[in-house]
Amino acid sequence: MLCLLLLGLLFSACTRKEPLQRSPVDYRQGGPSAFGDTIILGSIGDASSMIPNITGDSASHEIGGFIYNGLVKYDKDFNIVGDLAESWEIPKDELSITFHLRKGVKWHDGKEFTAHDVLFTYHFMIDPKTPTPYAGDFLLVKKAEILDRYTFRISYEKPFAPALISWGMWILPRHLLEGKDVRTSPLNRRPVGTGPYLFRQWKTGEKIELEANPNYFEGRPYTQKVLYRIIPDSATLFLELKSGGADWTGLSPMQYQRQTDTEEFRENFRKYKYLSSGYTYLGFNLKDSRFRDKRVRQALAYAIDKEEIIKVVLLGLGVEATGPYKPDTWVYNPRVKRYPHDPERAKQLLAEAGWKDLDGDGIVEKDGVPFRFTILTNQGNEERKMTAEIIQKRLETVGVKAEIRIAEWASFINFFIKNRRFETVLLGWSTGQDPDLYEIWHSSKTLPDEFNFVSYQNPEVDRFIEEGRHTFDKKRRKAYYDRIQEILAEDVPYLFLYTPFSLPVIHARFKGIEPAPTGISYNFIKWYVPKDQQRYKQ
Amino acid sequence: MENTVKHGEITGRFRRSVFWRHFRKNKLGLVGAGIVLVLAGIALLAPLLSPYDPTELDAQRILSPPSRAHCFGTDRLGRDVLSRIIWGSRISLLVGFIAVGIATSIGVLVGSLAGYYGRWVDSLIMRFVDLMLCFPTFFLILAVIAFLEPSIWNIMVVIGATGWMGVARLVRAEFLSLKEREFVLSARALGASDLRIILRHILPNALAPVLVSATLGVAGAILTESALSFLGIGIQPPTPSWGNILTGGKDNLEIAWWLSFFPGLAILVTVLGYNLLGEGIRDALDPRLRQE
Amino acid sequence: MLRHILKRILLSLPLLIGITFVSFLVIHLAPGEPTSLQTDLNPRVSAASKAQLRHLYGLDEPLPVQYVKWAWRSFRLDFGQSFAPDGRKVTEKIAERIPITIFLSLLEMLVIVLIAIPIGILSATRQYSLFDKATTVFVFVGFAMPTFWLALLCMNLFGVHLGWLPISGLQSMNYAQLSIGGEILDRARHLIMPVLVGALGGLAGFSRYMRSNMLEVIRQDYIRTARAKGLPERTVIYKHALRNALLPVVTILGLSVPSLIGGGVIFETIFAIPGMGQLFYGSVMSRDYPVIMGILVIGAALTLSGNLLADISYGLVDPRIRVAKER
Repeated sequence: MLCLLLLGLLFSACTRKEPLQRSPVDYRQGGPSAFGDTIILGSIGDASSMIPNITGDSASHEIGGFIYNGLVKYDKDFNIVGDLAESWEIPKDELSITFHLRKGVKWHDGKEFTAHDVLFTYHFMIDPKTPTPYAGDFLLVKKAEILDRYTFRISYEKPFAPALISWGMWILPRHLLEGKDVRTSPLNRRPVGTGPYLFRQWKTGEKIELEANPNYFEGRPYTQKVLYRIIPDSATLFLELKSGGADWTGLSPMQYQRQTDTEEFRENFRKYKYLSSGYTYLGFNLKDSRFRDKRVRQALAYAIDKEEIIKVVLLGLGVEATGPYKPDTWVYNPRVKRYPHDPERAKQLLAEAGWKDLDGDGIVEKDGVPFRFTILTNQGNEERKMTAEIIQKRLETVGVKAEIRIAEWASFINFFIKNRRFETVLLGWSTGQDPDLYEIWHSSKTLPDEFNFVSYQNPEVDRFIEEGRHTFDKKRRKAYYDRIQEILAEDVPYLFLYTPFSLPVIHARFKGIEPAPTGISYNFIKWYVPKDQQRYKQ
Repeated sequence: MENTVKHGEITGRFRRSVFWRHFRKNKLGLVGAGIVLVLAGIALLAPLLSPYDPTELDAQRILSPPSRAHCFGTDRLGRDVLSRIIWGSRISLLVGFIAVGIATSIGVLVGSLAGYYGRWVDSLIMRFVDLMLCFPTFFLILAVIAFLEPSIWNIMVVIGATGWMGVARLVRAEFLSLKEREFVLSARALGASDLRIILRHILPNALAPVLVSATLGVAGAILTESALSFLGIGIQPPTPSWGNILTGGKDNLEIAWWLSFFPGLAILVTVLGYNLLGEGIRDALDPRLRQE
Repeated sequence: MLRHILKRILLSLPLLIGITFVSFLVIHLAPGEPTSLQTDLNPRVSAASKAQLRHLYGLDEPLPVQYVKWAWRSFRLDFGQSFAPDGRKVTEKIAERIPITIFLSLLEMLVIVLIAIPIGILSATRQYSLFDKATTVFVFVGFAMPTFWLALLCMNLFGVHLGWLPISGLQSMNYAQLSIGGEILDRARHLIMPVLVGALGGLAGFSRYMRSNMLEVIRQDYIRTARAKGLPERTVIYKHALRNALLPVVTILGLSVPSLIGGGVIFETIFAIPGMGQLFYGSVMSRDYPVIMGILVIGAALTLSGNLLADISYGLVDPRIRVAKER
């Protein structure tokens, strides 16, 4: 009896037929735009607060994007365009930005949005009592002033190129937060913003409900409701997607390539892919004497096969990373030193640096010490785990023995990274669009809590970083960043590995989605479902 | 002659031969024993039995179904699942012996002391047991794994060091009821020391539930390892364990059933084997439980 | 007897304090700080912000001072505020999750008791029969199957393919629009799979325990006497044997009290149930000390009371122990 049940379960699991919602509606058809319907986003993580400025997790930021606005934002091609600011001026001396704000924008509780809210947000961000991760850029502001109700000016000591986009920060309502302790503010649970969606409900660990703001300054969003469902397990999330419990989520490479190719799936969903903003890398602890020798780092670069990693881990859904920038950006320099997979060259370089296998045990030694080290990475990231395993295998072929250590996040940061207790680390950066590299690559950023934890110190790179961040001139910046990329490729403080594709999947009934360099959600308020295809009546 | 029956207690060689006679009759118990022995054999002979190197990747054969080349298919990195399962049995064997060995030893020690001496010793010890039970064992495991290395040994030791309380309770309960029995009272009257009474008289009779508990404990430890692997803090890659092979198949259940089926089956059979063995031993040891 | 109980209760208080102190030390043993998660490895975070946060949480004070401050507040049942960005009161965070976890655990216990007891009895009375062997295998298979594996298989079968049951979560989208009857039905449908899958593990242990108890009791002399007296088998079993075999069941139930709030985190993750397991695991991972301590205190209190109940019932029931204690 039990055996039959088990067999039945297994059979159903591996059968190829998937009776998805076989409804009479053909979701592949287009249709005239209409208001209404609900979109269900599936998310692994819950938000931690409805005031995104004080959070670091992506779920809070995603929700924040629906509820709040910044002064500026990116358009689909990564150009900076106005959000709450209609326009702005940067005088010749490049020392200030004057924003002209939109008039008539209302907070969700009806009060009017003015420059006072912007000034308040600025003070909020730099206030030592505010637990925000994002104060950095604002601390460089020399003066912030309100010129009139809708005009706001900030001044800096020196021209600061990342300044403009830093004002994409979510603007908060002064009339509800001024003088209050942000940690006990009810806005953590019931936010008030200026954005396209109004907050309705948050059931912790379960869901967040939002409803379209009919008075949104860019126009009323077509999709009436947004339901953010928290489904912590990726396998369950995928099942919910297939059975209609979720409309929009991200796919893993395996799901994208092999689990979503059926006719039924295509009838009901559309998959998208675009290059994500970030890269995965293997960083060397440059305080370790073995890794101080550039030849060793270059040897290891030749030893691994990036193509293989992309093919196996990402199933081809990614591109090689050769530096800190992704290939479709203006700042990217394609003419840097590359390290194609070349184990012979790797062995040669290692030998030059003194590492030879004299005792025939398959591991190279120097002064009798075998070349062993640990690849440290964080728990919870399947791709990094697989990447580490592949790197380990490839390094074996050139006589280097690597071990993998997976640490959970809190100890990863505080025990290992902060105290530089690592030999190599496999991690990723999510990059903003401004090419400024100060926080990660400048030699002054090597204190325990800072991000140059590989301890890279190159005065030439320092100079270019400084020059690059303090000018607005794109051509000059490009020259600096080109040179930086060349140096980094030569020095190999990181083995830059890959940039993956983002693989969102959305139910086919949503029309108006146009993939672009920024992704797909830049025009979310314009997505609609034709009346006859709508699923959820209000 | 040693094989005398004293006041309801059966001793020595007589007991052992009685045990074997009864154990042999218990079919299920024998099946269990067989499974455990086969498992041990596989684990010991892993290098000989395994067709491939368990960490050898094959980029061409990612998640390929069972075939002639790969009887149990391949995993997400193209590694042979059969080889990984064979090597994974070593982890299971280790889990069984080390974790449960530690837990049982501590549990028997603590429980017998508490049960035998009673009163304030019992109170003190049981409060300590309460302390351990309230303990966030899960957090302890996390701390150990973060601080020391998440090696197989550390994980086993921690699982063992946090799992002895049940055994202690059982042993204590047995001692509490057994120590008032006639054979104990008479042994004491004859002048036997406490240690001798505990070791020679009470403990052998109290072992029955301990054995069952130990075998359930092996099962529990194996499942704990799979739980840790699910959370990402189990045996480190690329070392294969049944738990981490199983977890690897979680997201691809529909297109890669072999990745979940075979390790799941392995765990199932192993746990079954240990439990059947335990029950067989218990039935054979305890005359009260046997059908006459 | 009563004196003994009172003594135990009094002893529990310093024990509780001791437990909290040791737990406090242990959770600070694991490396990591709460601020780490807020100030993610994001290049825009500055060191100064992190220092501010540390000070805000009082983490720059020495450990014993932190403990005393915490203990003093907790005495008045104020477990403080969570270190998570939303900074809500710990009691609030726990209160919104405890009901569902307790409810699920109670349901699971009910299922286990309802199924395991009959299985145990029948296995014992028909020892070594086909039924006994089959249920033995069945029960161990249920025990050995990793929860998440079984859960995903069931979700696939009942949720995706057959569409009979919802896949995860606690309520449907249109819950607010349902009638009372509809609401109850909706809840029930969402809970069927989690309860059954969750109960499966405990079923094995419990039914084996029941079986061995029954076996022991059946061999007793008074049962033989009852049979010899000519009483029908049914009376023998159900009136005499069962009563005595059930006694340890109470003990087991008492011991299961702390697991009421346990809630497996894996189980909750797979079924997307926002319960105590996820809260605890998440707090541990983000080093949210106030929440961790709050949950530990509740867990400790429950464990202590559960043990007390179990011991009392065991003592009540087995006269030999009672007599021994009073001597």
